[in-house]
Amino acid sequence: MPDSVPAWLVILAMAAVTYGLRAGGYLVMGRVTLTPPVRRALEALPGAILIATVAPVALRGGGVALAALAVTAAVMALSRKDTLAVAAAVGVAALARSFGL
Amino acid sequence: MSDAMPQFTRAGFLLGVRLSLPILPGIAAFALAYGTVAVQKGLTLAEAAVMSALVYAGASQLVGLEIWTTPLTPAAAVAVVGVVAAINLRLILMGAALRPWLGGVPARQVYPALGILTDANWVIALRYRAEGGNDWAVLVGSGLVIWMVWAGAAIPGYLFGALVADPRRWGLDLMMPAFFVAMLVPLWRGPRRSLPWIVSGVVSLATAELVAGYWFIVTGAVTGSLAGAILGPRDGGDA
Repeated sequence: MPDSVPAWLVILAMAAVTYGLRAGGYLVMGRVTLTPPVRRALEALPGAILIATVAPVALRGGGVALAALAVTAAVMALSRKDTLAVAAAVGVAALARSFGL
Repeated sequence: MSDAMPQFTRAGFLLGVRLSLPILPGIAAFALAYGTVAVQKGLTLAEAAVMSALVYAGASQLVGLEIWTTPLTPAAAVAVVGVVAAINLRLILMGAALRPWLGGVPARQVYPALGILTDANWVIALRYRAEGGNDWAVLVGSGLVIWMVWAGAAIPGYLFGALVADPRRWGLDLMMPAFFVAMLVPLWRGPRRSLPWIVSGVVSLATAELVAGYWFIVTGAVTGSLAGAILGPRDGGDA
């Protein structure tokens, strides 16, 4: 067993694994028949991924994150402008943290 | 949404570039932070830059570097690759969600394009698709710009990274979650269709409480998607 592994080898392995995941889901779904339940599962998937990513971040981030993300949703619902919604979140968080919250 | 063959136009590519502008400052800030961490972990400039260009997956690179050692022991090498795989598992689901849209596009075009699939361009293309668009150059245009900024900003981050020591102070850590929340709003189809979202939220929160790491994305997304398949449109309310 060698004492150390070349960094390049690890970087290439990281890249290969990540590309495999990027292509893998698409590849597998090409071999699955798109029955109505499968289609419904795929249609529900985007919203489910977004929620699953954001919910724990919001909770772990405490009051500042919760407030910033609530502001984002409100601004987006009212304006439908994602730039504005994201800027509002960043602004709220930066302001709150400048006060040491 | 129709099942018509997706187009690929110059206009769609440019639209993708334009739609990615709101999040580019956040991507750049985290690439700078990544570059700084890479210096501290003893990577060469070339290694840091090539990692960003080839792996192109921010959170997993940062967490991978967290357990990086110089020189890399075999155990550390395995751990780095394993952590990268675990954090990027969600890409399987993202690719799967693209299948109904891009299934008709020739494989020789889709598989190279999947190389630049990441959260931000996925969500941009998804929203565009939900609003009735059918030009998949949106996915490629936004992915390419974000890739250029991510890979490019790692270099100044490596060279002068200490200047942007704390993205949190500027609220930039919340930029990506905020972007996700903004993208949820147009996907909202009323309370009757929100059960998968509730399932996903509850399961991801429970997982985050019980299991370390990023498994909550996978468990929440899979159960939410299953809830969508089982509960489905019940009273024939939609096609």
